[in-house]
Amino acid sequence: MKPTKCRVEERGTEDDRNPNPKPFSSLTTPPPAMESLGVLLTFPANSYLEEELSKRCKLFRLWETPPENWRQFLRANAGSIRALVGTSTVGADAEMIDALPALEIVASCSVGLDKVDLAKCRERRIRVTNTPDVLTDDVADLAIGLAIATMRRICEADRYVRSGAWNAKGDYKLTSKFSGKTIGIIGLGRIGLAIAKRAEAFDCPISYYSRSEKPHTNYKYYSSVVDLAANCHILIVACALTEETRHIVNREVMDALGPKGVLVNIGRGPHVDEAELVSALIEGRLGGAALDVFEHEPHVPEQLFGLENVVLVPHVGTATWGTRKEMADLVLGNLEAHATNKPLLTPVL
Amino acid sequence: MASSEEQPESRPPVLLLRMVAPAYDDAVSAKFHVLRPWESPLPRDQFLAAHAGSVRALLISSLVTLDDATLDALPRLGCVVTTSSGVNHIDLAACARRGIAVANAGTVFSADAADYAVGLLIDVLRRVSTSDRYVRRGLWPVKGDYPLGFKLGGKRVGIVGLGSIGSETAKRLVAFGCTILYYSRKNKPSVPYKYFPNVCDLAAESDILIVSCALTSETHHIINKDVMTALGKEGIIVNVGRGPLVDEAELVRRLMQGELGGAGLDVFENEPAVPKELFLMDNVVLTPHRAIFTSESLADLGQLLVANLEAFFSNRPLLTPVNHNDL
Repeated sequence: MKPTKCRVEERGTEDDRNPNPKPFSSLTTPPPAMESLGVLLTFPANSYLEEELSKRCKLFRLWETPPENWRQFLRANAGSIRALVGTSTVGADAEMIDALPALEIVASCSVGLDKVDLAKCRERRIRVTNTPDVLTDDVADLAIGLAIATMRRICEADRYVRSGAWNAKGDYKLTSKFSGKTIGIIGLGRIGLAIAKRAEAFDCPISYYSRSEKPHTNYKYYSSVVDLAANCHILIVACALTEETRHIVNREVMDALGPKGVLVNIGRGPHVDEAELVSALIEGRLGGAALDVFEHEPHVPEQLFGLENVVLVPHVGTATWGTRKEMADLVLGNLEAHATNKPLLTPVL
Repeated sequence: MASSEEQPESRPPVLLLRMVAPAYDDAVSAKFHVLRPWESPLPRDQFLAAHAGSVRALLISSLVTLDDATLDALPRLGCVVTTSSGVNHIDLAACARRGIAVANAGTVFSADAADYAVGLLIDVLRRVSTSDRYVRRGLWPVKGDYPLGFKLGGKRVGIVGLGSIGSETAKRLVAFGCTILYYSRKNKPSVPYKYFPNVCDLAAESDILIVSCALTSETHHIINKDVMTALGKEGIIVNVGRGPLVDEAELVRRLMQGELGGAGLDVFENEPAVPKELFLMDNVVLTPHRAIFTSESLADLGQLLVANLEAFFSNRPLLTPVNHNDL
């Protein structure tokens, strides 16, 4: 039976990694191979994704079972689950992969793969895909927005107005200029480069840390994060979370960034030693912080709630209607490619 | 800080009519003999008469209205320096007739205002302030993820007034993948953005309007009901100009009825009064007229004020002169 024609099939390249992935279209009829694909969705982060998966595949919703019963739930459905869709909240760790002997593909609805046990996937020859590029702009936009909000105290000023203090207490205070400040970026990948491009429009000098110097940029390279922190005003975390980068922003880095420095984390909570961050901010050793991610989301250290030099947002780096749909379409497109034996759109393994 | 009484008064006098920000008074006092009428027991007109023979330079903020009557009292005046960019408080024609040179703040504050406009816009679209409040109230573990916001990339941004602040804002937003359109009194063929000769037409082709023009009698309520209709129900308005550039009552009404997508407002018609209906909204960001107030820019302006006064007293051209024919 010929698979139903859909936009995924129009691209015409035989490469394992499709350089021009055509967007998945929710208007097309799913091929039979999709309808029989058992997919485990780990977390209800994206209602459009959930809806499409339930229309097109055999969907299993992990969160409908309490975590203590997951092993049982997985055992009961292990025969049917051939695909897993993970998020930045719940991915596919070794235990979960072991419980799913029929698993063929992990399609993460994120670009970060810190919640996927890649070594285990490699061992089991399980394919892995993520959602790069479609979310780069939104994350970079937020990084700059958070930096400006912190330096210029926009959230605090908004609170000042809403509380009636402008009337009662007079003018809000002076804040710190953003334009022209040196930006230090940890990780010069897609997101790091997009942040740099935006910051340049504000006449900010750019410097960065990476495992190795990047050949095609004019930005100033530092081979140590502490040196980067000592030489920039605003430090932005934009690298992948791996064993090596856990707590890459530690006490020494924060002290180097200093009492006028601002830390922006749009990476992963564990990039930053959160306990040290809280004391550095409370003690004034660090000037300010803007955090989109935390070590134990959705829990945020309450000692931060009263500070006026921090901005705290609930992991919204990709949280726009447009981007969440594009991420979901990329997940669906990868699953469909897998189900119909076509080259995956954005494979990592 | 050197007290002016301790030095022989060879430094040229600079007159203030009202207080200016301490940062500016300090910067100017370091180099000039600053005259502060309110510190004198003499009534104002006698104080001015006593100093009329020696005062050649005047430093004012936008709170002083400089008109013919005041100029009459200062016959030797040759230079007026204002701490603001705007000059609608100064009768420029009267100054020109008397050969008085006028200097303003030039572009000292433009980057800050542009940064703030971009910051407000990202905040409104991505719900930064609102979701920050959500987190601080402990709602994330209780109510789950915050509702989605909207992308900035790819949006059409209409800049109302492509002066220094408008241009700096445009340059920044281009880097975010926005398409820039603009309205200005005159077409600027050297800029790469599409020009619209009226604000309604601009609004019809924009997703976002950023208001950064000067307030004059022509631009009062330049963002009116027709413009808001043309912008549409999902449109966003960011105002870093002056409150009266926007019909505030109409703006509030539309926001309440879901006929406008959101607003980022640094200025209001009757500051510090802000319409209370706005306090309940998650798609607005409200700031207390602070777009240009950074310690760096105040320091830069202090230096610029001194530099303009030094230029005047050395018979050199002012650094940031205002020509009344430009406006």
